[in-house]
Amino acid sequence: MMKTVFKRTPTLKDCPTHYCPGCGHGIAHRLIAEIIDELDIRDRTIGIAPVGCAVLAYDYLDVDMVEVAHGRPPAVATGMKRTNPDKIIFSYQGDGDLASIGAAEILHAGHRGEQITVIFINNAVYGMTGGQMAPTTMLGQVTATTPKGRAAVEQGYPLQVSELLATLPGTIYIERCALSGVAQIRKTKKAIKHAFELQIEGAEGLSLVEVLSPCPTYWRMSPTKAMEWIETNMIKVFPLGRLKG
Amino acid sequence: MIEEWQTSKGAGNRILMCGNEALAESAIIAGCDAYFGYPITPQNEIPAYMSRRMPEEGRIFVQSESELAAINMVFGASATGKRAMTSSSSPGISLMQEGISYLSGAELPAVVVNVMRGGPGLGNIAPSQADYFQATRGGGHGDYRTIVLGPSGVQEMVDCMPLAFDLADQYRMTVMVLADGILGQMMEPVVLEKKKGRKLPAKEWALTGAKGRKQNIVRSLWLPEGSLEKLNLKLLDKYKQIEQNEVLCEQYEIDDAEIVVVAYGVAARIVRSAVSRAREEGIKAGWIRPITLWPFPTEQISKAADEFRIFLVVEMSNGQMVEDVRLAVNGKSPILFYGRPGGGVPNVDEILEQIKQLTLRPKK
Repeated sequence: MMKTVFKRTPTLKDCPTHYCPGCGHGIAHRLIAEIIDELDIRDRTIGIAPVGCAVLAYDYLDVDMVEVAHGRPPAVATGMKRTNPDKIIFSYQGDGDLASIGAAEILHAGHRGEQITVIFINNAVYGMTGGQMAPTTMLGQVTATTPKGRAAVEQGYPLQVSELLATLPGTIYIERCALSGVAQIRKTKKAIKHAFELQIEGAEGLSLVEVLSPCPTYWRMSPTKAMEWIETNMIKVFPLGRLKG
Repeated sequence: MIEEWQTSKGAGNRILMCGNEALAESAIIAGCDAYFGYPITPQNEIPAYMSRRMPEEGRIFVQSESELAAINMVFGASATGKRAMTSSSSPGISLMQEGISYLSGAELPAVVVNVMRGGPGLGNIAPSQADYFQATRGGGHGDYRTIVLGPSGVQEMVDCMPLAFDLADQYRMTVMVLADGILGQMMEPVVLEKKKGRKLPAKEWALTGAKGRKQNIVRSLWLPEGSLEKLNLKLLDKYKQIEQNEVLCEQYEIDDAEIVVVAYGVAARIVRSAVSRAREEGIKAGWIRPITLWPFPTEQISKAADEFRIFLVVEMSNGQMVEDVRLAVNGKSPILFYGRPGGGVPNVDEILEQIKQLTLRPKK
């Protein structure tokens, strides 16, 4: 008799994605879908898609979703959660969205202690627009707008948003994870689940999970090499672990 | 339609309020679930009033970190089906244009109050009507409109709010209340009463958690070929319907008028006095006051221009609404303009003088 050991979780739609081979978004989406199903919160969850590669997240996640202006998800989430305290509100944002154009919105949502869950995908580059420098781009990293590699003297250092947010009294849980291997992916799921659970319990404050995610296309390397690059390069600048909570 | 706008005279108890506070209380009576805003003069009485009254009613008040955030908080609350509003003044409204464009693309209802001040740039905090173009042409990127209501007194600051929320919900779009520093600050006796309101469609599109139904998506991104054109044509249909059904306009002694003065908002209040004085002096003058600035009362003005009359447009700007009057008159009659930009406010004598000068012009 055949036994099913792995299957699609219902909140993840049965369709191909537009993501590049080796991209981390597919993994992160699946983790979120699994968590929503395991916590049985699909019928009261509202998700917010960013501007960036994950703008079409609502095509893959089968929950009520909205797509909003670049960087503004934490403000939109504030409007949603304040008027709907019984709903579970999460935003899914990339590094350009959250750490650059939306820096004010995430900082102040954290500062006010909004009871929302933020999934922050850090792949050190702008994907959708063609591989430009992000605030989280590594020193020396070649991008479409740093042809000679990012130089601290000209473009500044990679921005450690999670460390910054962890200093705010309004944030209750901040953890940085990675999608660089099975063990790391399992830890990521545990962290995101915890962030959702805090909101379900009504914990007073913002929870955020930063996820180091591969972008083989704009890192100009194979998917396998990209996974290695997270381990050998990114983790040095963005150390993994619980920063708060 | 005009009855929907006006409060029944003498009903209830009259109380003395400034325009900003009267508008805020009227929004609460109209069922505003959430207010989000950022301080800016001359509208600060609105957030201050809301910060006290909204929690009393068990509703939401949030002081945002910026106007960008405020309009996006409105976006969030509105996406879940709540009645949400923000208020600001000119520079802050410029910052909100991104959000208004997204609201328009996503077809979300919202009420935005602009208590205009002098510009461009930081300008000053004096009353102005310089944001007419921005308000009536959409203001942000893309092919869209917002319904624009132009109150001209404190009672109308009250009257416009229930209508604004109803129109926003009915057409799923932004309704802007275009007031100015005088209307916001001055005190007048007002009647506050709960109105019956329109019969509105259920918000089946709202994000409430996909309980027992398919997922709802609120979006303004339409990538497949032809899909965005389809959305724009749908919006156009809606806008045509609004132009047909929602025009509000007031006129006075037009029938025998040789001179017609067109003004809106607080400028119309001053014009009204000037025209009455002109009549007392035997000058055949009348006035037209657009109440909805978009949709514009093109038909009413065009009709008035069917007979030869001299039109005088008075604005607290260098001439913005005058362009809509020109389009409406379409060459049938001469149009002159008198404006006071940069926070200047015309007085009755100034406008009367302009009217008198027109009587010296040779007749056709």
